[in-house]
Order: sequence, then C-alpha cells, then structure tokens
Amino acid sequence: MQIIYTDVLVIGGGLAGQRAAIGARRRGNDVIVLSLVPAKRSHSAAAQGGMQASLGNCLGGAGDDEDVHFQDTVRGSDWGADQEVVRMFAHTAPKAVRELAAWGVPWSRVKRGERVITEDGKKKTISEPDEAHGLITARNFGGTRKWRACYVSDGTGHAMLYTMSNQAIAADIPVHERMEALSLIHADGRCYGAIVRNLMTGEILAYVAKATCIATGGFGRIYRVSTNAVINEGMGAAIALETGCAALGNMEAVQFHPTGIFPAGILVTEGCRGDGGLLLDGNEHRFMPDYEPEKRELASRDVVSRRMEEHIAAGHGAHSRFGEHLWLDIRLLGRDHINNQLREVKEICQYFLGVDPAEELIPVRPAQHYSMGGVRTDPRGESPRLRGLFSAGESACWDMHGFNRLGGNSVAETVVAGMIVGETIADFCESPEGNVNLSTALVESFGRRERERLAGIADGGGSESAFELTRLMQETMTDKVGIFRDGERLQEAVSTLQGLLQRSRNLGLRSNARGASPELVAAYRVQRMLKLALCVAYGGLQRTESRGAHYRADYPQRNDRDWMSRTLATWPGEDADLPALEYESLDIMRMELPPGWRGYGARDYIEHPDTARRQAQIDTVLAGAGEADRFARQEALMPFIHLLPEHLRGRNERLGDD
Amino acid sequence: MEQIPVRQSRTLNLRILRHNPRDPDSEPHLQTYRIEEADTMTLFMALNEIRERQDPSLQFDFVCRAGICGSCGMIINGRPGLACRTLTRDLPETITLAPLPAFELIGDLSVNTGKWMRGMAERLETWIHAEGLGDVDIGAMEAPMEPELAEQLYELERCIECGCCIAACGTAQMREAFVGAVGLNQITRFRLDPRDTRSDAHYYELVGDDNGVFGCMTLLGCEDLCPKDLPLAAQIAFLRRRMAAVGN
Repeated sequence: MQIIYTDVLVIGGGLAGQRAAIGARRRGNDVIVLSLVPAKRSHSAAAQGGMQASLGNCLGGAGDDEDVHFQDTVRGSDWGADQEVVRMFAHTAPKAVRELAAWGVPWSRVKRGERVITEDGKKKTISEPDEAHGLITARNFGGTRKWRACYVSDGTGHAMLYTMSNQAIAADIPVHERMEALSLIHADGRCYGAIVRNLMTGEILAYVAKATCIATGGFGRIYRVSTNAVINEGMGAAIALETGCAALGNMEAVQFHPTGIFPAGILVTEGCRGDGGLLLDGNEHRFMPDYEPEKRELASRDVVSRRMEEHIAAGHGAHSRFGEHLWLDIRLLGRDHINNQLREVKEICQYFLGVDPAEELIPVRPAQHYSMGGVRTDPRGESPRLRGLFSAGESACWDMHGFNRLGGNSVAETVVAGMIVGETIADFCESPEGNVNLSTALVESFGRRERERLAGIADGGGSESAFELTRLMQETMTDKVGIFRDGERLQEAVSTLQGLLQRSRNLGLRSNARGASPELVAAYRVQRMLKLALCVAYGGLQRTESRGAHYRADYPQRNDRDWMSRTLATWPGEDADLPALEYESLDIMRMELPPGWRGYGARDYIEHPDTARRQAQIDTVLAGAGEADRFARQEALMPFIHLLPEHLRGRNERLGDD
Repeated sequence: MEQIPVRQSRTLNLRILRHNPRDPDSEPHLQTYRIEEADTMTLFMALNEIRERQDPSLQFDFVCRAGICGSCGMIINGRPGLACRTLTRDLPETITLAPLPAFELIGDLSVNTGKWMRGMAERLETWIHAEGLGDVDIGAMEAPMEPELAEQLYELERCIECGCCIAACGTAQMREAFVGAVGLNQITRFRLDPRDTRSDAHYYELVGDDNGVFGCMTLLGCEDLCPKDLPLAAQIAFLRRRMAAVGN
C-alpha cells in the first residue's frame, strides 16, 4: 500500500477545506486536499443568494454591526448555538468578505442614487448615499434585521469557490481529486490521517498526517428530497463517527429550505424572497402574513417551512400530478431584476420546469437543505476527543447554528471557519503535540481492514442491493424524520433503519467491474449513511421538545428547562445498531443573550430557572457599564476575542466610523 | 406544473459509448439500454435509473444535478451539453451519449475535466496577481469598485469549466495544448479586473501563440454550445486584437 506523508490532510475541497488549507499552507505546512470531485465542483458552488457579513454599506444595512448579526444568529438557532462561537463568527465574517474582495470575488456593489425595490409586495423608491457608491452591497434574507447578505448576483458560492480554488492553486496546494477517505487512522485518541480510495482506479492508499481536517459538507442525501448535491452523503462525518471516539453533535437538527422547486427539490435562493418575492397558495393567496405578521416570508427557514407544510396540510396547496405544492411568485420583481440578480434562478426555472419566472409562478415545496449537526469540535475547530482531528464548515458542529441556521450564514461560516481552523491546525502542527510517533504497522492494519471490508462486499456473495437499501433509507427519512416529527413515527424510522443496517451487512454486487466500480461505492457508502441516519432519527426520538428545525408534534414547545443541551452521538462498535447518546449542557449563566422569544414563530416555551437569574445579572452588569462603548459592554458580558487567532482580533471598519 | 403537456409515455433507447480503460479486455462499444420515460425526466434521472436497475457498472459524473457545477458535460446526440438539465422530452426516442472528447477518459461517460482545468489554471495563472495578497488589511474598508464593472466581471466568471467549449472546438481536437475558450475567457476576466496588476505583455507570454488566442479558427462552436451563454466569441476576438497589438 502506498503511503503518502504530509503535514496537513484536508478532506474536502469546498470553501471551508480550501480556506483552512490556505491558512495552514501560509504557516509553512505541507498540505494536501482530498476531494471526491474536482474542487471547483464542490457543493459550495451551489450557494446562490449571499453571504452574511455586517458591513452595513447599503441603505438596508445601515446601522448593522457584529452585535445585530450575533443576536439574529442566536435567535435563528433557537438558542441552541454556542454563543462564543457565534461571536467569533460575527466578528470575522466582515473580514472574510473583505479578504475575498481583495482576492478577486466580484461582489455586487452599491450604486449611488435612487432605485426601486420591492418590499412586502409593494414598490418603493430608496436612495443609496454617495459615500457608499462602489462598496460591497447586500440583500435582505430571512431571520435578519438588516440587509446583510453580500452577494454576486445569485452565483455567490460559485464566485467565492472559484476565487478560493484559484488562490489555493496559486499557493501550490495539491488537490487530489476523485479521492475518498474510507477511514481515519487513529490510536489512543490521536488521529494520524486516513485510508483513502482512488475513485478512478479503485486503488487503496494511506495518507499519514500530523493534522487531519474534515471539511466534507453535509449529509442531505440520506433524504429522498434534498437540495443537496449527490456527493453530500456525509462521509466525512461518518468516518469520524466510525472511530468510536469522535462525537457528532446535534445530528437531529436538520434544515428544510422553503423553496426547493417541486418535485425535483433543486434550490431556488432565499434571495427570491429577500428581494421581495412572495409565497402563494393554491388559490394564489399570500398566506405567510396570516401566520407570521412580523417577518412574513422572511421569518427563519424552519418557521417558513413549517408554515408552508401546515398550510398544505390544511388543504390550501396547489395540486399537480406529482402531489401538492405552493407557489413562489417573483413576477413582481420584474424581468430586469430577474435577469440581473436572479439569473441562476431563471435558468433553473427554464431548464427544469419550462417556466419563465418573470411571467409565471414557480412551484415550490420545502426540501432537506442543511445539516446543522456534524463532527463536534471546540470553538477553535479541534475534536476534544480525538487529538489531531479538526473539522470546519457544514461537516462540523463547533456549533454556530444550533437548531436552525440563518440563510447566508453557511457560506459565511465556511470561509470564517477555514480562516480560524487553518490557524488552529498550524498551531497544533507547530506544538509538541503535532509530532507523530507512528508505526507503519498501524497504518497497514487500517489499510488491511478497509481492503477486507471491500472484499467482503465484492466477493462475499451477499444478497442485498445497495441501491435498494439507499432508496429505502431515503424514503424513511423523508417520510418519518422530516419537518413534522412525532414519537411514533420516529420510533418506526429507527426500527426501519436498524433493519436496513442489518441488511447492509449482507450486501452483494451484481457487477464485477474493475476500477471505480460505482456499485461498490454505493455499497460502502450506504453502510455509513445508515449510521448517520440512525443518529438523526434516534437523536430526534430522544429529544422530547421542539427547537428550531427539530419539531415534535407531540412536544410542540421549546423546553429550556430540560433540553438546554447539545446531543452528542458516538458509535459504540462495528456490531452496534444504535448510536450512544449523551448530552452536553448549554450554560445559560454564561450566555450573552439568554433564551427568549425569537421575534417570529411560536411564543410559548418552557423557561429555564437560570434565564431570569442571568438576565438580572446582565442588567446589573450593563447598568454598571455606564457610558462604556458597545465593545466594552459586550466584553463585560461574554469575552470571546481571546478565542480568535491574533490577526483576526482587530475591529471592523465601517462607513461613518470616526 | 399543469401546463406541461402530458403525452403517451415513450420507451427510450439510450445508446451509450462504453469503455473501461482499467479493464484490458474492454473495447469501446455502443451499448443500448431501454427505459420507460417518466414525466420531467432528465438525463440525470435516466442514467441513474439505468445504473440502479440495469447496469451497476455504468460510469458517469453528476454533482449538483442543477446545471451549476459543470460535472456532467457529455456528447448528447452529437452535441456537447449538460446532461443534468437536459430533459428527455426534448430529445428523440433514441438518444446517443458519448464522453466529451479531448479529455482523459476515466470510464464510459466520465472524463477527467478536473485535471485538464487545473492544468489550464496553473498554466494561465488564473488568479489575481497583486502585491501583498497574503497580508491584506481585512479590518479596513474594502476598495470601491464601479457596480457595472463588478457585473461585467461576474458575467465572465459564470463559466463552470464544464468542458463543452473544448469538446466543441476544432482547434482543441487538433492541438492538445490549446487552452480553448474556457482559458481565453479567464484571461479576459482577469485582464478586465483592476485588482490584477498584470500587463498585456504578461498576458501575451501566456496566450500570445497558437496554443493561445492565435490558435482560434473562429468556428464559434464554443459560443454556440456554452451552457452558460457566455459571450466567448467577442472575448476571444477582443483578446486577439489586444495581443496582436502587444505582438507588434
């Protein structure tokens, strides 16, 4: 078996992985990036509408700052997020946008003078100030109080990923494309790299590294209806789970995006609604203001998706031969706006629906979109249980999204996390801990185990079909672990998935193709996906409350008293058919923003006794802070700057600063 | 959805050019699969159905299946295009699929566009060249840019490196090192960008020969078949004039 040695192994070539790689490379480390596909084809490219960062340049963003971004994100998370991490994120996001601006992203810019916008179904003329002309502009998104989503038309992720990839090429970082990590090499709580399969030749090789970073994105493909790319099968999270020691956090927190086109589930951006688009029902009635008078179509995604499904269940859907759906109306934005600012949306409607969105309605229904859960790390991106293992981006749970992510916070997270975790990795490699004492016999034994597993599938003569098991898993997840959950159906899902996991130990192949063997790939992946699916379904079954995207019809209230906690899942062993769950408590007494009403969605929740105590404490601290500026007041409540790498600690300049 | 005309379902014949270079016994051949057409079926759905139900060894590439990542370029009834957003209802009953030419074959319909594109990016240095990119003051206000210029840059940056322009290019079939419309478009993109400090003399070193802008025969296959409708012919013509001016 070929063994490749490097300082840093990054698994995943999307925005988070490449930015972490660039950071580690700049600090003098050798870095190799592994990617299932050419890096520029990563799912980061699919982010359409924007990247949240509180630059506050455009009129709709005036008055925005890190404080508002922090509060919006914590409310969006339904108080499930780690507030220190949210602070680190909100502070670094403007820096990430500006770094990318210098590196070449053609961010859309503010144009001085009057222009017509669409807001709450009406046209309105606004005037952008002269001094903002040419600065990076932003659009409105759900769950935010300011226009904060910086964008490049509606190809934001594409432009960001190309710029990032080109910078990685400039930094001479090799990307080993069409390579899949099958397992992490580890012993005694220390990770040493990965056993990897070449997806072109079928060859197995080992990458030995001081530091290994998982940046493989989400696991949406465990669902039948998902906006995710077909590569988003969560293999990075799965191989971390299979170590038995690294934990996955909050796997039951799965986001459904309100506007997947129906029935294909392809995403059309939240920017459609941010720019003034409306949701209509089967009678072409605009129904969101009836449910959500405060934020209407622009409540957070979990809330809008639930209201949509609720409205369909009440019999107000539009009917088609594929089933029921609702309509997205962007006709009112006008053809010019659609051609310039929503052109990917226009192409998607044209090619997949045969619809001209300037003239016709777009059929939509919520679809699985984002995995809030992932590899549990500390705020600097390292696994607390498996030293030398790091994670960044959607694959990680460091945990800035809690139980619901705000639109535009994910591409922002990828780059911010890459900037932070790249430094953490470099620090680790420079520290005594970074040294590797490793026997090649250990590497060989991990390699042998993977070869035997694959041979067991290819030559074992099993009778089960990987494609069939995958389909059954996806059906189960979409039908029973979706937007509305309850104990009975979650229990059914868990039982079904356990049965499928058993059956997946008896997989067989119909083809004996040499080389890549797509059937073999489907086989070893479904075994791992089933474990992730069980973490989601079982975690959801155990969490007897509703928080963010996790909604239990039988426990409809958020329950801070009993569930102010993060779920941690580990896999007990090869023969297990359920994850082991434990809970890590979220300490309200350390929160800058104690739990309350989000400003949209349900108003009733079960309060934790600490909430009032912490609020009283905060009131006292702030009263004592007197004339102190917002930075000092924040610092007095929940210091976080020390958690950031030094070069990211400076303040963010804005228009109108003294 | 009701507007989509319903018609009697068809049985499609997909003729696929098969070859597995990893198998010494494999010979390139056309293999025909018959499947029932479904409503709003795309080639993404059709190929997956064949793989799941008929032939699990069939190789092809999809990632986003939404027409934005550029993975699934292939020759569809003789013309390069993105398979994921090609609806079978727009095609005749017999559909012939072949891998994109000019790229290394991985197997069946899967070709190594990634390797080709990385090579092109390294050769043409498709990144912003400027002093001090490693230590930009990212706490300070960003440099302003005219809004129209940002839009023009994005227009050129919409390229998804799918390889259709290379497959559609006469020169690329004859001259292996030709950078093609995808490469030349990227040069015009960086040339337009004031953040990039390179001069025309520098660009001439990169594309001022027959493997660059002077290799184009103006057959316009690139522009005709670009899935993103990029204005490639105009970019190449413009770049040729600029480079000819440097050459003088």
